[in-house]
Amino acid sequence: MRQFIRGIAESNHYQATHLLQILRQIQSRYHYIPEAAIEELSGLLNISRTQIISVVEFYSFFHLTPKGQYELLISDSITDHMLGKENLLDYLVKKLGVAIGKVREDGLVSLDNTSCTGMCDQGPAGLINGYALTRLDHPTIDKITELVNQQIPLDEWPCELFQVDDNIYKSGLLLGQQIEQGAALKSAFKRGIKETLAEIDKSGLRGRGGAGFKTATKWQFCSDERESERYVVCNADEGEPGTFKDRVLLNSYADQVFEGMTVCAAIIGAKQGFLYLRGEYLHLYDKLQHILEQRRQSGLLGSNILDAGLDFDIEICLGAGAYICGEESALIESLEGKAGIPRNRPPYPVTQGYLGKPTVVNNVETFLAAAGIAVNGCEWFASIGTEKSKGTKILSISGDCARPGIYEYPFGSTIQAILNDCGAVDVLGVQVGGPSGTFITNQEFDRKLAFEDLATGGSFIVFNANRNILDMVHNFTHFFAHESCGFCTPCRVGTSLLQKQIDKIVEGHGSAGDVVALEELCQLVKNYSHCGLGQTAANPILTTLERYPDLYQSRLKEISYEPGFDLDGALETARRMANRDDAGAHLTQTVASVATLPPSLAVGE
Amino acid sequence: MANKIRVATTSLAGCFGCHMSFLDIDERMLQLAEVVEFDRSPITDIEHCTNCDIGLIEGGVCNSENVHVLREFRNNCKILVAVGACAINGGLPAMRNHVPLEECLNEAYLDGIGVENPQIPNDIELPLLLNQVHPIHEIVKIDYYLPGCPPSADVFWKFLTDLIEGREPSLPYELVHYD
Repeated sequence: MRQFIRGIAESNHYQATHLLQILRQIQSRYHYIPEAAIEELSGLLNISRTQIISVVEFYSFFHLTPKGQYELLISDSITDHMLGKENLLDYLVKKLGVAIGKVREDGLVSLDNTSCTGMCDQGPAGLINGYALTRLDHPTIDKITELVNQQIPLDEWPCELFQVDDNIYKSGLLLGQQIEQGAALKSAFKRGIKETLAEIDKSGLRGRGGAGFKTATKWQFCSDERESERYVVCNADEGEPGTFKDRVLLNSYADQVFEGMTVCAAIIGAKQGFLYLRGEYLHLYDKLQHILEQRRQSGLLGSNILDAGLDFDIEICLGAGAYICGEESALIESLEGKAGIPRNRPPYPVTQGYLGKPTVVNNVETFLAAAGIAVNGCEWFASIGTEKSKGTKILSISGDCARPGIYEYPFGSTIQAILNDCGAVDVLGVQVGGPSGTFITNQEFDRKLAFEDLATGGSFIVFNANRNILDMVHNFTHFFAHESCGFCTPCRVGTSLLQKQIDKIVEGHGSAGDVVALEELCQLVKNYSHCGLGQTAANPILTTLERYPDLYQSRLKEISYEPGFDLDGALETARRMANRDDAGAHLTQTVASVATLPPSLAVGE
Repeated sequence: MANKIRVATTSLAGCFGCHMSFLDIDERMLQLAEVVEFDRSPITDIEHCTNCDIGLIEGGVCNSENVHVLREFRNNCKILVAVGACAINGGLPAMRNHVPLEECLNEAYLDGIGVENPQIPNDIELPLLLNQVHPIHEIVKIDYYLPGCPPSADVFWKFLTDLIEGREPSLPYELVHYD
């Protein structure tokens, strides 16, 4: 082992910033991070062992105890549930002979849930040793079980298990015409770098991650900083459940994305770029590396790009299962080899980003659009969309519709038009922007896709009239509790309390004051959390509570209070061990005689 | 005498530290006694509570008896107050929540070092332990919370005087910050 660890440390130049990449290799080889490896790394990278352990414990894909040689994770997105995930998981448990969250006794296989893997248009999905599995059903599970039990190496597994489709159903400005390799850089150099920034400015391009900050302004701020070193980062940590457009863009439009990053580098004066690729998209890694290599060979990356004196290269960093790393400052922390805990902002990354240097962080789609604008000019882009939202938005559509997949729409398109295109009928509502976004009902389908109306990073999940909204809220609330980074109390404790309270109501233990208590808790988590995760974690509850108050109330019992757990059941262990079953060894769930006594200030009367 | 405000207090899975802190209101206790009459409380030794205005509960819920006592208080008190960290969060006793109850009992009564005549106590007079220690608001509805470990005497004083004088109780920042 020692030799192995030394080898990877050396190939990573003993850089602590590469800790995540190093740990990924160790996890992949040993299926956990052994204590001895931590000791060894601590010396080699010159960082404390506790620092390494904190990173291991932070990311979902690293483990301090051994997982199976085949590490099977099943995606827990609401879209997977809608496609029958729960039933599949039961089948897997039986078939593989392993409980959820456990390793089989022979150590061969482990099974667990994982947050949305970005295969919502082709689920139920999963990951095996980090590689994406799609369209899981009983026959594929039978196959997987056989392969596992026969200990067939993963690279000999049939490739149809790993087949990932693009499913592009509607192309527009960006998806319809991919630029030629090198075209954006040539145009930019020909037009002039300053002029190209002006062009992007005039195009009105805003960040595609969801927040919608003006791209040219961000790039301008970064280049205005008085520092010699700057960085470009492409945020491909597409973790918002229901979003998968970046996967498709990186699968089929990666050249243009890399070109957009290079144009950005030319404008801000960066020499180094990073593609932060979510760990769930490991299947894209080799392909992307190959494209980068090919670009180097073509003189589009490396030193003196296109003989224009630009030196720039791009490194791919894989994440390790942490939704929070989609937040730009957490992503930068992660790039630096640390736990992805959001920084205080300001200072924003444009002034102090990667290693404290000015850094532009943009979404995959933003770089794609920027490259397009560099080639085709601002009018090409700005002539489409609304006054405040120029261009198009690429949507990842999933849920109850005939054709889930990728759709590109001009900003200003109505929700109804989108639903018509994807073949959604009898629609109850749509979750726009993922769990952190908004739920809209079928009374609101004339609303528009735009920063000024419904902003979205791309997630668009359709629910038909047979769905129960509370199931969705329950899934999303659990998601946030799982993904809270744990740094600030309102979010760490608050998201867990939200989860508990929603469980109580959904499971039918709720009573008179429980919805009010839930709403108060939502406001607390929303208003006091440190970053966007906590600030939006209550959105699934708040947006549905606003639209379906009766749905929540209908779950409440008409008594003043009931515990949220089985009180008598909680005595079972003690009863068994004391060998008792007398009346005093039992508790009733509620007390019938409890009168509802509202708190009154008029005491003593 | 009949118009006095009736207050009951008890300690469930607590250490009586909150009660001790309450007594730290010192001579103000005399002032309080002019308007307040104590019902069930360690101060009075009254065994069961009857109609009260305010119930102060220290400690979390760790066994079946705690549940019964808590329900008696809820049934008889207009206003029920969770007093201190254990009542609010489970506190120190809830540290056992990370260990399965079976292991706890085995260690304490069967396998532990120095255990003589190992057996799990099974007298029907003894309350059975719940699997986990719960904050009291998970068992009954709670109207107010007094944070602190323990809440300071001034917290008790401010809270009770607010209630008694008919104000919505509020604790200024100075009383609830602990650094």
